[in-house]
Amino acid sequence: MGSQGGWGQSKEFLDLVKSIGEARSKAEEDRIILREIDTLKRRIAEPDVPRRKMKEYLIRLVYVEMLGHDASFGYIHAVKMTHDDSLLLKRTGYLAVTLFLNEDHDLIILIVNTIQKDLRSDNYLIVCAALTAVCKLINEETIPAVLPQVVELLGHSKEAVRKKAVLALHRFYQRAPNSVSHLISNFRKRLCDNDPGVMGATLCPLFDLIKEDINSYKDLVVSFVSILKQVAERRLPKTYDYHQMPAPFIQIKLLKILALLGSGDKQASGHMYTILGDIFRKSEPSSNIGNAVLYECICCVSSIFPNPKLLEAAVEATSRFLKSDSHNLKYMGIDALGRLIKINPDIAEEHQLAVIDCLEDPDDTLKRKTFELLYKMTKSSNVEVIVDRMIDYMRSINDNHYKTEIASRCVELAEQFAPSNQWFIQTMNKVFEHAGDLVNVRVAHNLMRLIAEGFGEDDEGADSQLRSSAVDSYLCILGEPKLPSVFLQVICWVLGEYGTTDGKYSASYIIGKLCDVAEAHSTDDTVKAYTISAIMKICAFEIAVGRKVELLPECQSLIDELSASHSTDLQQRAYELQALLGLDSQAVESVMPSDASCEDIEIDKNLSFLDSFVNQSMEKGARPYIPENERSGMFNIGNFRSQYQHEASSHSLRFEAYELPKPSPPPTIPQVVLPLPTTDLVPVPEQTYPRETHHAPNLPSATDASSVDFGVKLRLEGVQRKWGRPTYSSPSASSSSSTQKTANGATHLDGRTVSSQTRDNFYDSRKQQAEVSAEKQKLAASLFGASTAKSEKRQLPTHKTPKGVPTTAEKPAVKGAISSSEPPKEKTVPSSPPPDLLDLGEPTPASTPSIDPFKQLEGLLGPTSAPSAIDHSSAAGPKTPDLMALYTDTPPAAVSSGSLNPELADIYTVNKNSHGTTNVAAMNKGQNRQDSLQKDATARQVGVTPTENNPSLFRDLLG
Amino acid sequence: MGIRFVLLVNKQGQTRLAQYYEYLTLEERRALEGEIVRKCLARTEQQCSFVEHRNYKIVYRRYASLFFLVGVDNDENELAILEFIHLLVETMDRHFGNVCELDIMFHLEKAHFMLEEMVMNGCVIETNKTIILTPIHLMDRAS
Repeated sequence: MGSQGGWGQSKEFLDLVKSIGEARSKAEEDRIILREIDTLKRRIAEPDVPRRKMKEYLIRLVYVEMLGHDASFGYIHAVKMTHDDSLLLKRTGYLAVTLFLNEDHDLIILIVNTIQKDLRSDNYLIVCAALTAVCKLINEETIPAVLPQVVELLGHSKEAVRKKAVLALHRFYQRAPNSVSHLISNFRKRLCDNDPGVMGATLCPLFDLIKEDINSYKDLVVSFVSILKQVAERRLPKTYDYHQMPAPFIQIKLLKILALLGSGDKQASGHMYTILGDIFRKSEPSSNIGNAVLYECICCVSSIFPNPKLLEAAVEATSRFLKSDSHNLKYMGIDALGRLIKINPDIAEEHQLAVIDCLEDPDDTLKRKTFELLYKMTKSSNVEVIVDRMIDYMRSINDNHYKTEIASRCVELAEQFAPSNQWFIQTMNKVFEHAGDLVNVRVAHNLMRLIAEGFGEDDEGADSQLRSSAVDSYLCILGEPKLPSVFLQVICWVLGEYGTTDGKYSASYIIGKLCDVAEAHSTDDTVKAYTISAIMKICAFEIAVGRKVELLPECQSLIDELSASHSTDLQQRAYELQALLGLDSQAVESVMPSDASCEDIEIDKNLSFLDSFVNQSMEKGARPYIPENERSGMFNIGNFRSQYQHEASSHSLRFEAYELPKPSPPPTIPQVVLPLPTTDLVPVPEQTYPRETHHAPNLPSATDASSVDFGVKLRLEGVQRKWGRPTYSSPSASSSSSTQKTANGATHLDGRTVSSQTRDNFYDSRKQQAEVSAEKQKLAASLFGASTAKSEKRQLPTHKTPKGVPTTAEKPAVKGAISSSEPPKEKTVPSSPPPDLLDLGEPTPASTPSIDPFKQLEGLLGPTSAPSAIDHSSAAGPKTPDLMALYTDTPPAAVSSGSLNPELADIYTVNKNSHGTTNVAAMNKGQNRQDSLQKDATARQVGVTPTENNPSLFRDLLG
Repeated sequence: MGIRFVLLVNKQGQTRLAQYYEYLTLEERRALEGEIVRKCLARTEQQCSFVEHRNYKIVYRRYASLFFLVGVDNDENELAILEFIHLLVETMDRHFGNVCELDIMFHLEKAHFMLEEMVMNGCVIETNKTIILTPIHLMDRAS
């Protein structure tokens, strides 16, 4: 057939393409494009550029943008081109516009009119071109301009138009679901379209709709099942086949939809069992596309209500994937395994070695997928091995996106399954050390809370042991260079709270360490704030027990430095510390109580402690407080937002009178009320600091409010809302996770040491070869474990249950559920009548389109086209197997499988006999080769040398 | 959404065709292409044809000097996308006859038209080669 349309391009275009093709570096390519931009700017502005010439310019502009340069100077010409009458030029215009502009570009408005006109065209190809443009160019605002026409086109006589109209509607749904909510039923109607292409395309919007609202589409289950059945039974035209599979892409889409509809729905799933079984049976494991369908089938089976027979088939297919040599299939197998173990965790055991192979494979993609699987199968018995592996891997990766993900997974698993507190803290230390800057701050706060609150059990001894071990490890870690800021904050906080608690370290030692931290991170204000607060706490604890604090010189210089800091926060902390040092032990004790981080802070919402002060002022003649929203002539500034808006708007002229100036805040005298100095001295009490920050605003409210309030009693209606509702972090919520953590004792630790011992034994006794596999088996054993510990879950109230019991308890439960699902399956088989494809209750007569629409079309084109049609179909015949032969991924084993047609097998044998592969190509692709030779010759004629020795895409695959 | 972009790159990393199904600015495209091309081209034949990148995946396939890269959402069937690429190549092959890099370069708009017939709104909507090529044949004939 050759390249149709010929080489109609100008010499200039050919030269451009040639030079781009031959460019050896990005810099060279950039030079070519910059020169081209200059040329185009000149040419495109010339008067009376011929339309064909303009089309070529547009393609050149597309090149300019594709290679990363701005072509905005030519956008308007692309827009103009869409007005052209010629189909090719119009479609090129639309193409250029869709490539250049996003839907919110200013020029789009100039196209809406053209689109409207084209949607009314008699030429269905123009309508199609317009609909394609609609999908890319129409934004939410312009939807109404074309919506009626698009809806009308859903009933067009040409299937190509109907298909594109469905997708235009789909696009509107994606953009603005509300704009088409009343038209959703059209998708259901088009599912019954006579044309399989329209039906197949309709599955895309339906999939999106079903994902949003599964229950509204349960009635379609039977229809989807019957369509799938008919597709699988090859009732669609042959032209939809791909590598001998009947319409595999439609099958896959249907399986995706069924997986959604059958999820957790026994009845709906019942309808699907038969067809899924059929697909498993018919599957062609020798081809890639067959495996794609198979994989989708596994996904579907693991999503719907479980059926033992199907699960068995799915497991079998999965194990075939895992055993395959192809990395792609292994990848799919690992993914499938991750889905299946949700139904039955035992499945993983059989494949432990395959999984470990994938885990240790140098292929990063495979490794990541396997980590995902491990993450899914983590339980308390294997959490240590898995998290250790994850952390090891985390160290080696540079991709921050993935590092963040895997770090948060480590944290999640550690929080959920930690076998001991010690282990938890060590794990967190490692995570922070290697990915500290990527971890969510919340994780740091959780860790601090955990150390402070202990593990929820009333065992103070264990808690304090935990704390001192944390302090030990942190003092050790502090020696390392370059610690992430978040981690340092945790360290400082813990050292401040518990550094001196157990008496192992002296105050001056800890303070010295903290000063070092502040010095080493002089640019990080947050860390410095944490250090100074920690120093303050340690000093306070010392003073409280009656010891005298002798400040180290470096500490004194730190305080001096921070007192003069640019950061007011640091300044304040430094001054507070200095003030604290001057107080006596009793005052200090009430200001900074020891180990008070877990105490609930009582907040007097009514600020009743100010009552006496308010009364005093009233007696002196102050006016009572009027809540702001009750004041006349003022906006309702009940909350922050409107206040800000108010301030923002006050830049313009104000027409109403200014309100009376508020009295200036009187100095708050500390000795009036006792609790006040506490809050005044430490506006941000240290115990609240590391917790959720919303504590902070509550306290300053005391002083703040006093500046405005002069009533008999404080009226807080207006005030309270201003600071928002007081929220406390409920200790119960925060500790729920930590209580769970304690459930498992140190038994696992023991198990681990034993295993490492045995490992040592292995090293001693075995040979190198054996060692590797022994190592693997060891890993397998620790990952998949003695199956006994398997179902030991956190939620279980007792972890002391004899091993083995939970498993046996769970297995029958699963089995029971499965077997109970069998009867409906048997029942539904005969009850669901196999309706014809596309005959889904629509009045339209059911007719399987057996006529090839292509031939119909060709027939319309007049006498000249008739022979070409024949030519085409005859050419297509031998060509398909040709492709198959060259098809890279077809494993050689496929030949022996005998499922391929004899022609193909021939090719393979020829291949074997004549060692030269190109020979085969010559023999089998004779005509094609001539074609390409001719093409090469043409290319050379016009002065283009192909960059490759072997220009054909397929040819290289033989070598 | 499904498919986020289809990218054709030669083995020097030069873009030969780019179609995005969600709008990215020129700068974003440039950065993204640079990143993923570097990632994919460094891989060996034996390794998976899938690469995870940020919050999506790239499925790629090499034909002679050309790499076909398709960016897809995480819930997409990778093997099916791999076959979609092959279908695209088969379609181009049927039209051009032994398609090569130069065919695509000289007929960039046609390659785009084929893709437009096969993918809309990021979904694979047509896999019937005859139907995909019909409008292109008709346009050829008309002009």
